[in-house]
Amino acid sequence: MKESLKSRSQVLMAFLNRGRTPYFVCIGLIILGFALVYGSPRSIPGFLVFVFAASSIYWLKMNRAIQLALAVFLAVVLVPILGARNLFYLEVVFQIAVFSALALGLNIVVGFSGLLNFGYMAFYAVGAYLWAFFGSQQPYLLHSTVTSKALNTPFFLAADWFYLFIFLGVIVAAILGLILGLPVLRVRGDYLAVITLAFGEIVRQLANNLDKPLNFTNGPQGITPIQRPTMPEGVLNLFNQVVQPVVGHRVTDNQAYNILFYLIALLVVVAVIVVTYRLDDSKVGRAWTAIREDELSAGAMGINANKLKLGAFAVGASFAGAMGVLFAASRTFVSPETFTFLQSVGVLTMVILGGIGSITGVVVGATVVTLLNIQVLQSFSLYLSQLRQSDAVFLGFHWKNLSNQLDPTKYQRLIFGIVLVLMMIYRPAGLLPAARRKRELGGDPEGGDVEGKEA
Amino acid sequence: MRLPMGWRNLRQILLPIGQTVVFVTGAGAICSAVMLLLALVFRGSGADQALQATQGVGILTYTFNSLPQVLIDGMTIGFVYAAIALGYTMVYGVLQFINFAHSEIFALGAFCGVESLIALNKMGLLAQASTLAAFMYLGLALLVGMASAGGMAVLVERVAYRPLRNSPTLVALISAIGVSFALQDLIRLTESLTTGQFYRVIPTFGNFDERINLFRIGSKVVDIQVKSVVVIVAAVLMLVALNYVVGSTKVGKAIRAVAQDKNTAALMGINVNAMISLTFLVGGALGGAAGVMYALKFTRIDPFVGFMPGIKAFAAAVLGGIGNLTGALLGGMVLGMIESFAGAYLGTYTMGAFGAEYKDMVAFLILIVVIVFRPNGLLGEHVSQKA
Repeated sequence: MKESLKSRSQVLMAFLNRGRTPYFVCIGLIILGFALVYGSPRSIPGFLVFVFAASSIYWLKMNRAIQLALAVFLAVVLVPILGARNLFYLEVVFQIAVFSALALGLNIVVGFSGLLNFGYMAFYAVGAYLWAFFGSQQPYLLHSTVTSKALNTPFFLAADWFYLFIFLGVIVAAILGLILGLPVLRVRGDYLAVITLAFGEIVRQLANNLDKPLNFTNGPQGITPIQRPTMPEGVLNLFNQVVQPVVGHRVTDNQAYNILFYLIALLVVVAVIVVTYRLDDSKVGRAWTAIREDELSAGAMGINANKLKLGAFAVGASFAGAMGVLFAASRTFVSPETFTFLQSVGVLTMVILGGIGSITGVVVGATVVTLLNIQVLQSFSLYLSQLRQSDAVFLGFHWKNLSNQLDPTKYQRLIFGIVLVLMMIYRPAGLLPAARRKRELGGDPEGGDVEGKEA
Repeated sequence: MRLPMGWRNLRQILLPIGQTVVFVTGAGAICSAVMLLLALVFRGSGADQALQATQGVGILTYTFNSLPQVLIDGMTIGFVYAAIALGYTMVYGVLQFINFAHSEIFALGAFCGVESLIALNKMGLLAQASTLAAFMYLGLALLVGMASAGGMAVLVERVAYRPLRNSPTLVALISAIGVSFALQDLIRLTESLTTGQFYRVIPTFGNFDERINLFRIGSKVVDIQVKSVVVIVAAVLMLVALNYVVGSTKVGKAIRAVAQDKNTAALMGINVNAMISLTFLVGGALGGAAGVMYALKFTRIDPFVGFMPGIKAFAAAVLGGIGNLTGALLGGMVLGMIESFAGAYLGTYTMGAFGAEYKDMVAFLILIVVIVFRPNGLLGEHVSQKA
């Protein structure tokens, strides 16, 4: 059964990849997806077709340049237009971009170098609080107690410092990664996991409690408002002139900001993907793999394991730092709630679901989990609440009596948890395994003891 | 032959009691000494003056007067941590694996125990219970909590850990995290589906909230809540029972054999899987009992209640030397004391700059420092008793 399925899919792929077919299929899919989402901005199947069309650019065999052109056209032209029509999709795509970058960063630590990190959100938090502090009025409030109301004082820095702070976020998070990395170099395996967990919790608690003696983080209430970069002069007008007939209404300032943040996030993700690709097969990437497989032998081959592990921590952290700055600016609000252990495990779920160590897999994992989180679960919740309000009876069960506590959006943990367990038992290498991982985890169960037993 | 055997058994019972006394007094004495030294150092500081202005006593007197209460609180919470830590340490000893879901096993035990008390309360039994009956009902709740938590631990092992026993440690660890998350939401789902609230409050009954006055220092009365006494006594009884089972029975010997070498143990005719299940059962039951005690002490529980005590108990297990039963007791006690001291004095000594909210962080810091600098824990590897 499985074999025939495999061969059938191979036949299908061969058919799709013959001659010019892929170009027609891909462009057709994109037009179809665009039309569907354009026509009915709220339909989920339409959106899924669009996502599928976007992914077809990647898996159909086409000329590299054309692939690239299509991807750029899709990302820079089509998505903003659709997003301006329905902001929700822009939010979805933005979150996918943010979590892809986070998952790719974690993938460097967990996937490439085999160091399990449960405190990854700490780096994200540091990036976010970095801009939250300097990009708000907070520096003027150091000596005051927690407030939630906006003040009349000016912002501490001009808004366009934001772009510099993306790079500063990279640097600060990388330094923090080194700081975490230094003491834990001697620790391996599960002890490392626990230490990083403790580290993540410490950072969160600091964010929660550093409202005194000096009010750095405004405590549990979080910092707001945080500045967004200024919209370039005239761009909004130009954009409106061009796309207003397509979008159907004037793009407001707020919508334009959403598009701007989406584009910045896209840039960051592309940068992250390029860096990750270049690292994967570089000398450093191979050294990481060697350390992951067997630290002792790697050492015997002349690899400086300590230096490279620190490097992995720093690189992984830096991605999260950049995304943190972006996140703070796009939300104009940060609070410790965003950086919980749940979120760290959520990102880990993305990495593991997609395929630990595999770049495509990780992006797919981030996409699937994000879609599940903010779209599928939400519409399921909506569906249930509609059922609740209706008089429908199913097999003698009155939907009216369904408890309103049964709200799937609240049960992410259940889903993450079950996904993690099932993946570990049935597909430890993930949905789209990295080629190397596949060999090593698929082959013999005994030989896979990569991380060593304990410190 | 009979008498020595009897002596050995008696020793197995008396030894943990002796250890407990030593650990409690030792940890308490060291913490108190450090605190009093700090008080001497801080004399004349801003904190001292602030205290003199508000309470009319110097920092040394203040510290000294509040010491007994802090020690009692630290001891109580220390025993709870020790009971949870035993679950981590037993599983680690047998499988070299951090059972991350143990904190949710603990929460499950707490919920089942509290639910059974709520059910009893609905029947109207608790309101009019005499003191003796109240203790019996509490015992019943403890048993329910132990049974459910132990059962769940065995189930979790069977479903999520056994298929991964030969996988890399991290694979099993991730699976354990998954179980932990899934259990949290399962508890929440069931609790909120039944009543619409996901937290539970233990019904008040018996005389558990009363305070027994012990002695006075100056004008201050040092007292202990009845429920703290219950927690301490129950924890000591469980420790003794566990030590006896692991140290002096055939089953305990089998568990120790499996911990030492699974293959050889199997060759000796020991059913390894059964022994591992038993380990999870015992560890889970201890966790469940700790959960009920925790609920009794802190009255309100929610599905995420396990996370903090779980991490702290794990820190305690590592601090004492993971895989080592005595170490878990020592670690729990030290951690409980430090936490209690941090909670009581941090705010006063830093003049409110760093308050009791940092006491959780103290546990994390201890965890990091111990793992980095002394991964074998206080008692190290050389202690032969390894369950």
